[in-house]
Amino acid sequence: MKYLFLVYGEERRIGAMTDDECMKYDHALRQGGKCLASEALQSIQTATTIRVRNGKVSITDGPFAETKEQLAGFYLVDAEDLSEAVEIAAKIPPAQVGSIEIRPIRELLSTKGEKRYI
Amino acid sequence: MHDAFTAAMEQWVREGIPANPRAWLISAGRFKGIDSIRRNARFQHAAATDQTDGDVHINPIDQLAAETIDPAEQIDNGVEDDELRLIFTCCHPALSPDARIALTLREVCGLTTEEIARAFLTTPTTIAQRIVRAKAKIREARIPYQVPSHSDLPDRLDGVLHVIYLVFNEGYSASEGESLTRADLSGEAIRLGRLLIELLPDRHASSPGGAEPEAIGLLALMLLQESRRAARATTNGDLILLEDQDRALWNREQISEGLEMVERALRSRRFGPYTVQSAIAAVHAEALSASATDWAQIVALYDLLLRMEPSPVIELNRAVALAMRDGPKSGLEIIDGILGRGDLHDYHLAHSARAELCRRLGRSDEARESYQRALALAKLEPERRFLERRLRELP
Repeated sequence: MKYLFLVYGEERRIGAMTDDECMKYDHALRQGGKCLASEALQSIQTATTIRVRNGKVSITDGPFAETKEQLAGFYLVDAEDLSEAVEIAAKIPPAQVGSIEIRPIRELLSTKGEKRYI
Repeated sequence: MHDAFTAAMEQWVREGIPANPRAWLISAGRFKGIDSIRRNARFQHAAATDQTDGDVHINPIDQLAAETIDPAEQIDNGVEDDELRLIFTCCHPALSPDARIALTLREVCGLTTEEIARAFLTTPTTIAQRIVRAKAKIREARIPYQVPSHSDLPDRLDGVLHVIYLVFNEGYSASEGESLTRADLSGEAIRLGRLLIELLPDRHASSPGGAEPEAIGLLALMLLQESRRAARATTNGDLILLEDQDRALWNREQISEGLEMVERALRSRRFGPYTVQSAIAAVHAEALSASATDWAQIVALYDLLLRMEPSPVIELNRAVALAMRDGPKSGLEIIDGILGRGDLHDYHLAHSARAELCRRLGRSDEARESYQRALALAKLEPERRFLERRLRELP
């Protein structure tokens, strides 16, 4: 069985932590073969929301999921820039009835400045 | 220039967009693409006059080179494209509307943070923070620094026009506070509108015939509205309605340029709501007095506008024009219909328009009630004084 873990928290408090702990746990999970994919996200200020209605793509600033909208799935994609990301997101079928929140990935960095080894 | 863009992209991805990407690009182009630059004296001239952070030498050898080597038209286009890229990036829909305005005024118009803060009645810190956040988003979310693709252009251009019109309106009629007009912002918006038309050559247009008709329509609309500036308030800042304005004070130069633009946009047959609004402003501009206005034409234009962009505010404006064409009663019926649906309940102009029509019909009690409702909602001092005056004058 595969599970998706969603990490929530106040940005101020999470931002105050170092990445070292996260990198350590991530590494251990991956060593054990349990972790398929894991990423940290950039601040919520960098979020962009895509909706497609009547074939027209609307792009808005911020995370604007309506309260009645529930998280239904995820894609982790590699795109050139936000334009390509929007293009890909707009083709996700539920974009026609719901919304796709685009969040740039943040690279974890240890206090010594080392990147995560995957 | 291409090298400069590549270098810019790399650096910006790493460090974020510089404070003045255009100047940065021009100077980067100067060093990285120095050979290409030498081919074009025209470009050097542009760089020498535009940039503020360095010196550009035009020596005789360079000039000779410029004359003997292909004029390299694309370098010139490169500079124009760079401006366009900057505009489209600053007005990207993934940025909040407030951020788009602040970023455009800062990066495209070159206003200082203090100037923007003053214009929007807020603190420089707030504006600075808005700009920093917007730049962080451009960097982190990798908003591309580019002119949108052909298929995205109409939508994205709409977004740019919207930002320009917001800036204009902020200058034309402040949303709160003492001052009725803040000419500087309107002037900036008009300048931006002109720049955009200049920068949108055929190859960026969705069909031949030059810049997009709506960009021209918006410039026409701004010019025609701006032409009335001197007439729309008394020296002590009291509001003067269109029908009571001294039309000799209207700026004829702006009107004739505006009228020319309206015609140009209409001729394209690909125009949209801005052009129709500019056509309405043009009918007013051409009339010698309120009573001599072609109200039938204005009602017809509002009908067209409503089909393009259904909205209760446009319905309200159409009702006022209809009242001028057919008498107050017909306009009042429509306004009551709009308010009866629950639309525009908190919009002071809906109540003041209703009050005005009631007043003309001699229904003073109803007029008083509506003026009071409008007064409770109006935030702008001159508008409040106008409504108070009207209330006092009621029999």
